[in-house]
Amino acid sequence: MTLPVRTFDAIVVGAGGSGLRAALELSRAGLRVAVLTKVFPTRSHTVAAQGGVAAPLANSGEDNWHWHMYDTVKGSDYLGDQDAIEYMCRRAVEVVVELEHMGMPFDRLENGKIYQRPFGGHTQDYGSAKMAMRACAAADRTGHAMLHTLYQQNVHANTQFFVEWMALDLIRDADGDVLGVTALEMETGEAVVFHAKATLLATGGAGRIFAASTNAFINTGDGLGMAARAGIPLQDMEFWQFHPTGVHGAGVLITEGVRGEGGYLLNKNGERFMERYAPNAKDLASRDVVSRAMTTEIKEGRGCGPDADHVMLKLDHLGAEVINQRLPGIREIAIKFANADPIRESIPVVPTVHYQMGGVPANYLGEVVAPAQGDPEAVVRGLYAAGECSCVSVHGANRLGTNSLLDLLVFGKSSGEQMVKAIRESPVAHKPLPKDAADRSQARLARLDAARSGERVAELSSDLRRTMQAHCGVFRFPELLSEGVEKMKALAARAERSFIDDKSKVFNTARIEALELDNLVETAMSTAVSAEARKESRGAQSRSDFAERDDANWLKHSLWYKAGNRLDYKPVHLKPLSVDSFEPKVRTY
Amino acid sequence: MDRLRHDRLKWKCRRGLLELDLVLERFVQREGKTLSEGDVAMLGELLDQPDNDLWDLVIGRSDRVDARLRGILARLRAC
Ligand SMILES: Cc1cc2nc3c(=O)[nH]c(=O)nc-3n(C[C@H](O)[C@H](O)[C@H](O)COP(=O)(O)OP(=O)(O)OC[C@H]3O[C@@H](n4cnc5c(N)ncnc54)[C@H](O)[C@@H]3O)c2cc1C
Repeated sequence: MTLPVRTFDAIVVGAGGSGLRAALELSRAGLRVAVLTKVFPTRSHTVAAQGGVAAPLANSGEDNWHWHMYDTVKGSDYLGDQDAIEYMCRRAVEVVVELEHMGMPFDRLENGKIYQRPFGGHTQDYGSAKMAMRACAAADRTGHAMLHTLYQQNVHANTQFFVEWMALDLIRDADGDVLGVTALEMETGEAVVFHAKATLLATGGAGRIFAASTNAFINTGDGLGMAARAGIPLQDMEFWQFHPTGVHGAGVLITEGVRGEGGYLLNKNGERFMERYAPNAKDLASRDVVSRAMTTEIKEGRGCGPDADHVMLKLDHLGAEVINQRLPGIREIAIKFANADPIRESIPVVPTVHYQMGGVPANYLGEVVAPAQGDPEAVVRGLYAAGECSCVSVHGANRLGTNSLLDLLVFGKSSGEQMVKAIRESPVAHKPLPKDAADRSQARLARLDAARSGERVAELSSDLRRTMQAHCGVFRFPELLSEGVEKMKALAARAERSFIDDKSKVFNTARIEALELDNLVETAMSTAVSAEARKESRGAQSRSDFAERDDANWLKHSLWYKAGNRLDYKPVHLKPLSVDSFEPKVRTY
Repeated sequence: MDRLRHDRLKWKCRRGLLELDLVLERFVQREGKTLSEGDVAMLGELLDQPDNDLWDLVIGRSDRVDARLRGILARLRAC
C-alpha cells in the first residue's frame, strides 16, 4: 500500500526549544516548514527547565566566552569537541540577546539589563574559586518562558504545526540521503510520508529508559530510535547525568537550591555522610560526587526505609519561614510525592537520571555525521539534529547546568541556518522518494495489527527501566554491566513480539506506546553496550573496576550501531576554532 | 468512559512537567472509569492550561479558575 505524501521544504521533528528555534530560522527565510510534535508545542519537556540559560553577558560581574569555554571543556571531562564548544560559547550572547528581543521575560537588574546568577561549574578566570554570574533566568520558569516566546514567534512566521503527530522512521534513499520521515497522525491512526529537502531531529532526551527519572513520560528517545533503525550510529550513549535529589519513587527533581540554602543529606544512622566524601563542599559538591556518595551509602547498607534504598534530605532545621519563602514549590512537591512535609520531616531522595549527554552525532552546523569511506564524520545529506537528542558534542561526558538551554538556542539556530543554505543550494525539485520509503514503518504497524498474542508493552517497558536502573546506574560494576547487556538483548528479542489488545486506529494510545517502546529499546541497548565497553571512568560514567580516566586509550567518542549491535570509535576534536586547545587535566573542584 | 474518550484524555495528560504526568496518571487510574461526559469536558478545559499554570492550580498555589471547574479541580488536588 502506498501512503499519502505531503511535501515541504523542511521538516522539524520536535517542538521543544531546539525544534522551535530551528523552525523559526526556516520560516523566516520564507521556506515551507512542517513541525511535527507528539504533544502541543508548549507542553514539550523544555517547559520543565527552571535554573536558567548560560551566556557570558557580564551584566553582573566580569565574564567572557573564553572562561565559559574553559568551564564547559573541563565540565565535559575533556570528551567535549572543542570546536563545537568554542562555537557555542561565542554565539551565546547573540542568541540570548536575540531571545530577549523576541520578548523573553528575563529577570532584570535595576539598570534594565538581564540579571545573572551563579550556577555550579561556571567560574571566572579559567576555573578560579570565584563563581561567574552567567545564568539568565525568568524566575523559576525559564524553560516555560523560552518555549512560549519561541512558539509565538513561529506562529507569526507561519510555521505549520502538526500537533499530535508521531514521527516513526527516517526515509533514506539508495545514496544514503535522508528525504523526510514517515509519521502517524494520532487522530486518524493513518501513516503519512513527509517528503522534504532537509529533516531535523529535535526530539529531546530519553530519560524514560531508567526507572528513576526526572524526565516527563514523553521522553522516549524517538529520534534516537529513528536514527538507529536507519543505520545511523548513536554517539556517547554511556553518558547520562544523574541528579542527586530526585524524590524516591517518583523522580520529581528537588532543586540544588535546597542544599544551597542549608539542607543536607542523612543516612539511616542519621549521619551527615557527605562530610566524609567531600569535607569542604559537603552536600554542595558537584552532582556526580554527591550521587556517587549516596549510592555508596545505599550499597553499603546505610540506606533508609524498609528496603534501605534511599537517603533523606533534611531541611526542617531551616524553619518554616525559609522553606516557604526561599524554596517555593519544594514543600508542595515533598508533600505530594513523598508524603512528607519538609517543615517537620526529611524527604526521601535517590540519585535520579536527568540528562542524556549522548545522541545522534552532529557537527556544530547541525549536520548529522557518520563514518563513511574513511571519513569518521561524513555528512549524512538531508539530516540534521539539535537539542538533547543530538550529540554535537558540547557536553562530552558531563553537562554543566544551564548549558543545555544554551545548546538548544545555538544549535537550533545554526542547524536552521544550515538547512536554509542547503535548501537554497539544492535543485528546485525534491529528490524522488525511493519505492521502499515507507516499508519499515508499514511493517512495524502491520506486525502490531496482526499480532494476536505476545508480550505486553507496559510490562516490557517496566522491565527495561528496571534493567537499566539496576545495571547501568550511577556506579557501574563489570559483572552488572555485562549482565545488563545480556538482559537487554533478551528484552529486545521480547520487544519484537510486543502486542496490543486493541487494534483500533483512531487515537489509540496503546499503539503509540508500543511504537515508543521500540525507541526505548534502541536507546537502552546503545547505553548498555557502550557503557560495558568503555573501560574507564570519565564524567558521568563511573566504574568500580576502572576508577580513573584513561586518556591514552579512551579519549574518544563511542559510536553504537544497531546493525550487529556493534561499536566503533572516533577521535575527540581537541582543536578549537580559533584559540589554543585545553589539554586534558585532572578534573577537581 | 469508552476507549476513545479515555485515550484522548490520557494523551492530553502527557505533559512537559513530570509532576503533572504523575498526578494526572493517578487521577485517570483512580477516576478514569467513572468520569461523566461533563467531567471529561471540564477536565479537558483544565488540561488546556499551560503546564506551570496547571501545576499551580493542582498544588493550590493559585485559585484562578472558572467556578464551574472547581469541583473537578478539587478531585485532581486530592490525587
Ligand atoms: C526537571 C528538569 C529541569 C531542567 N532544567 C534545566 C535548566 O535550568 N537549564 C538547562 O540548560 N537545562 C535544563 N534541563 C535540561 C533541558 O531542559 C533539556 O535538555 C531541553 O529542554 C531539551 O530540549 P529539546 O528541544 O531537545 O527537547 P524537548 O523540549 O524535550 O522537546 C522534544 C520535542 O520532540 C517532540 N517529539 C518527540 N518524539 C517525537 C516523535 N516521535 N514525533 C513527533 N514529535 C516528537 C515532543 O513532542 C517535543 O515537542 C532540565 C531538565 C529537566 C528534566
